[in-house]
Amino acid sequence: MGEENKVTLYGMWASPFVKRVEIALKIKGIPYEYVEEDLKNKSQLLLQYNPVHKKVPVLVHNGKPIAESLVILEYIEETWKNGPKILPEDPYERAKVRFWASFIQQQLLDSLVSAAKSSGEAHEKAMKEAFEKLTVFEEGMKGFFPSGTPHFEDENIGFLDIVLCSLFGPHKAQEEAHGLKIIDPERHPLVYSWVTALNEVPAVKESLPPHDKMVALIQFLRRNAPH
Amino acid sequence: MAEEVKLIGMWGSPFSRRVEIALKLKGVQYEYIDVDLTNKSPLLLKSNPVHKKVPVLLHNGKPIAESLVILEYIDETWKANPILPQHPYDRAMARFWAKYIDEKCLPALWNACWCEKKDREKAVEEGNVCLKTLENELKDKKFFGGESIGFVDIAANFIGFWVGVLEDVVGVELLTIDKFPILCKWRDEYVGCSVIKENLPSKEKLGAYFRTRVESASQSK
Repeated sequence: MGEENKVTLYGMWASPFVKRVEIALKIKGIPYEYVEEDLKNKSQLLLQYNPVHKKVPVLVHNGKPIAESLVILEYIEETWKNGPKILPEDPYERAKVRFWASFIQQQLLDSLVSAAKSSGEAHEKAMKEAFEKLTVFEEGMKGFFPSGTPHFEDENIGFLDIVLCSLFGPHKAQEEAHGLKIIDPERHPLVYSWVTALNEVPAVKESLPPHDKMVALIQFLRRNAPH
Repeated sequence: MAEEVKLIGMWGSPFSRRVEIALKLKGVQYEYIDVDLTNKSPLLLKSNPVHKKVPVLLHNGKPIAESLVILEYIDETWKANPILPQHPYDRAMARFWAKYIDEKCLPALWNACWCEKKDREKAVEEGNVCLKTLENELKDKKFFGGESIGFVDIAANFIGFWVGVLEDVVGVELLTIDKFPILCKWRDEYVGCSVIKENLPSKEKLGAYFRTRVESASQSK
């Protein structure tokens, strides 16, 4: 592979933010080199490419780095114009997608992270909040699937699908590690069926972190979380 | 069909003002509806049921919420005077910095103003880290957008104006010229731009608004 159009992704195997970029690159059929980072011992290159946040993912295209997963997704969409589109064409539909992606990223994720890091009463409260937000999301998504059930036979998945499956694709591992249901088919049937359908799409299935390894990591992080 | 553009906003909200700047830059005619945030109107609640916040743009009746999402929508819908750069890499940089401002800078600066006195030193330090990062990004550019204001400059309106008002009211030093000469120069250029100047709340009114907040906070302790 020549140096022009060289794409390198700096990531970490369990990071949902990295998964987003991997899935997007796979859907678009973009060849890339993957570099696994040890987050306890970050490489000089990573620190140089993302001095502001020092985090993964970082996409490097022709030597130029881009950080922040949602920013990277938009960059991928705008740069590789052939192949499937991740965002809708219509500006209003795009705005709706960006709005909900922001909701998942800022509101939902925040509650889930608080829940994962806390215990006892604080944990209960954070989970309750997370479920409420999931319900808001479930309600908001009804308009996106007029037939009721999400299906992806054509494997055309988009921005919001990617954001969702990157976070909740490994939900079984998350549920095992935390000992509770996060995506409950009774409470949130649409989100449940959506995530389940997405996990069957090859680009997503291939990117799912190994179950046992994921359970072990989450349990390790919980045990060692600062209180 | 005649185009109908309405903006539901609040006079003192930097997020609301961002949208006004973008609409004015593009010469879009719109109806402005100011909202009392202590008594939210049915229109606001119906237009943004998820967050119940301003700003909300209504374009031919269709609502869009979240100021940065609205800015992108405006840029894609009305093509005059682009807010985002053309090249995908430059667009990615603009989105990165706007996100940084919204997710890191604004919370840090806001916290530095409103936290308890005992936490203030640390909070100001965190605010300074953000300001320093922006200072380094600006370097020798006139604006974050280059020669003219763009996406990031609009997102930074809180830093350009609100921070100054808050500094006076709560008595904290954040955007000082000795530490941040480049950012201060940017601020002066920024508030000098006509499209910005005409879309700022009155310093007195905003100061008074924050002062009542300081007073009610000290009373509840």
